[in-house]
Amino acid sequence: MPELIRLDNLTKTYHVGEIDVPVLKGVSLSIARGEFVALTGASGSGKSTLMNILGCLDRPTSGQYWLDGQEVSDISNDDRAMVRNRKIGFVFQSFNLLPRTRAIDQVMMPLTYTAAHLSGAEARARAEELLTRVGLGDRMDHEPSQLSGGQQQRVAIARSLINRPPLLFADEPTGNLDSKTSKEILQMFRQLNEAEGITIILVTHDPNVAGTAGRNIRMADGLIESGAFNDQPASVAAPLARESYTLAPGKRR
Amino acid sequence: MIALVKTSQTALKALRRNVTRSALTCVGIIIGIAAVIAMMEIGNGIAALNEKAVGSLGANVLMIQSGNSSSGGISYGAGSSVSLTAEDCDAIVRDAPALRAAAPTVQSRQQVIYGGKNVPPTQIIGSTPAYFDVREWTVEHGSAFTEQDVNNMSKVCVLGQTTARNLFETEDPLGKEIRVGSVSMRVVGVLAKKGASTFGQDQDDTIIAPFTTIKYRVSTGSSSSGSSASGSSAGSAAAQASVNSLDNPYPTGAPKLYPEQSDAEVQNNPRFVRFQNVNNIMAAAASREEIPQAIKQITEVLRERHRLRPDEPDDFSVRDMTEMLSAIGKSTELVATLLLIVAAISLAVGGVGIMNIMLVSVTERTREIGLRMAVGARARDILAQFLIESIVLCLLGGLIGILLGRGTSLLVRATLSWPTAVSYPAIFGSVAVAATVGIVFGFYPAWKASRLDPIEALRYE
Repeated sequence: MPELIRLDNLTKTYHVGEIDVPVLKGVSLSIARGEFVALTGASGSGKSTLMNILGCLDRPTSGQYWLDGQEVSDISNDDRAMVRNRKIGFVFQSFNLLPRTRAIDQVMMPLTYTAAHLSGAEARARAEELLTRVGLGDRMDHEPSQLSGGQQQRVAIARSLINRPPLLFADEPTGNLDSKTSKEILQMFRQLNEAEGITIILVTHDPNVAGTAGRNIRMADGLIESGAFNDQPASVAAPLARESYTLAPGKRR
Repeated sequence: MIALVKTSQTALKALRRNVTRSALTCVGIIIGIAAVIAMMEIGNGIAALNEKAVGSLGANVLMIQSGNSSSGGISYGAGSSVSLTAEDCDAIVRDAPALRAAAPTVQSRQQVIYGGKNVPPTQIIGSTPAYFDVREWTVEHGSAFTEQDVNNMSKVCVLGQTTARNLFETEDPLGKEIRVGSVSMRVVGVLAKKGASTFGQDQDDTIIAPFTTIKYRVSTGSSSSGSSASGSSAGSAAAQASVNSLDNPYPTGAPKLYPEQSDAEVQNNPRFVRFQNVNNIMAAAASREEIPQAIKQITEVLRERHRLRPDEPDDFSVRDMTEMLSAIGKSTELVATLLLIVAAISLAVGGVGIMNIMLVSVTERTREIGLRMAVGARARDILAQFLIESIVLCLLGGLIGILLGRGTSLLVRATLSWPTAVSYPAIFGSVAVAATVGIVFGFYPAWKASRLDPIEALRYE
């Protein structure tokens, strides 16, 4: 089924004491496989809440969420953990690497919670392949303190791919990086999307970053303003407007 | 199962990440377990020693002493001048069938000299050949003295191992003459080794001779308490002169009580004592079950011989030595048990320390927990990880504690010469206790960790 994500009138209301605070007021959208989507909005727009729900970290108050053919809005905590493990990869703004741990071990960490058992050798081989893919083949034994910001984020990206998920969530991935490194990271996302067909949802408040994605879902006041349903074919990414974001195709690092 | 292995690996990696903190967290457990082990081993050693001492006394031994029985103590009560005699002993042997053997004893304390050596032994005991039967003490080398020797007041003696070694070193003591006090005695035998008594005295540091010899030839300067017997032959102030009471069989004057008198007083007030009084009589019952019967029979015999009216109390006391020594041993064990309780408390405190540090650790690693949850860790995975971390810490601490405890008990044995014995139950018990402490005190922090909300945790600063 080409549709990876489908939201049906999703709402989320927080109960603060006696007051109900509606954060999402009825969100519907659809994302096909292989899309590279940006999710933007001002703070307070409900963007973070929607991201948490999409990432199966939180559950909606009402509505339906279909992820890869499975309805996940009402499943148990343990089941959601399994979905996160198998179907979703996370990349965070602050990298969230384990301290004093080697890169190769960082990448293998999610495998601890994977139900399907890989042998030690298989796990290591997969991790090495991923680290090489993101350009850190010569830094596999380095700890976070020995890596630059960009390198740490690349370790995080490799980690997010270890279980070969169909969906990658990136929450402000370039927020803590300088402009040059940001370009490299965004380029890497594009390559992953184009070469491997991984669906990527990029959450950001920076319109420039959003511009690198193929589609932009804009949020405001708990509702989607625009981009909820894609009128363009999934494989087409938006042309890059600014020169500073022009990247030579196939260029790594 | 596989998940458990994976989680354990994760837990170990996490502990390795912060070795110093892990080590310091263990300290409470290490000390607690070390204390438990050391206490149990010392307690075990004392118990073993007690058993040995009780055993070395001789089986089913009863001690009959002159004077009123006093509660608990070994000393006499308010002394009377009437005392036990060797004839009492004979009567007992005859008329108390529940007894295996009985022997009268007298005690003395003298310098013992051989060649250039001059040592005062712990005890000089005068008795009859039956003594060796009562105490189950064999003469290893040579032979014991005989009834004939007792009748003749022969100047023969048997040495304990330590005394023999002190005086003769490597020489063979048999047939040699030693001087006990002012009397020259021939060694006819050497006793087998006995070891230390419950009070730590070296039982092998002793000389045993016919009681008649000790009493009438060697001066009986009594070191044991309240023996009214000592007054008789000694003319006690003069330790040297062996005054034979045969010189004065018909005393004049009133009986005098202990304490001892000066020369002049003795001359002026000769004491009335029975002819053959002894310090005490040691008897052995035929079997453990017959002890109460034996005591009854002895009491009957002695009451009759001492012409006691039915309303008069006993002027002697019969004690079951085994009971008494056991009781003393028990009180020492009680002390050991109390110390064990203290050690257990320290273990509990160590557990609280673990809980404290684990809570801090959980708080510190909130983001890490959030991340793990985000990549697919379920609540029970997080619980298991932290619980295992805590258990591993405790087991590690327990292991080090066991080694430390053993080392301490060995040290105590080496320096203080207290007895200690390895206690395997203590070691296994300690491992179990350490694991339990880890589970109990680690549970709350682990549970707290598993209840974290991943979104909040990821946002945690």
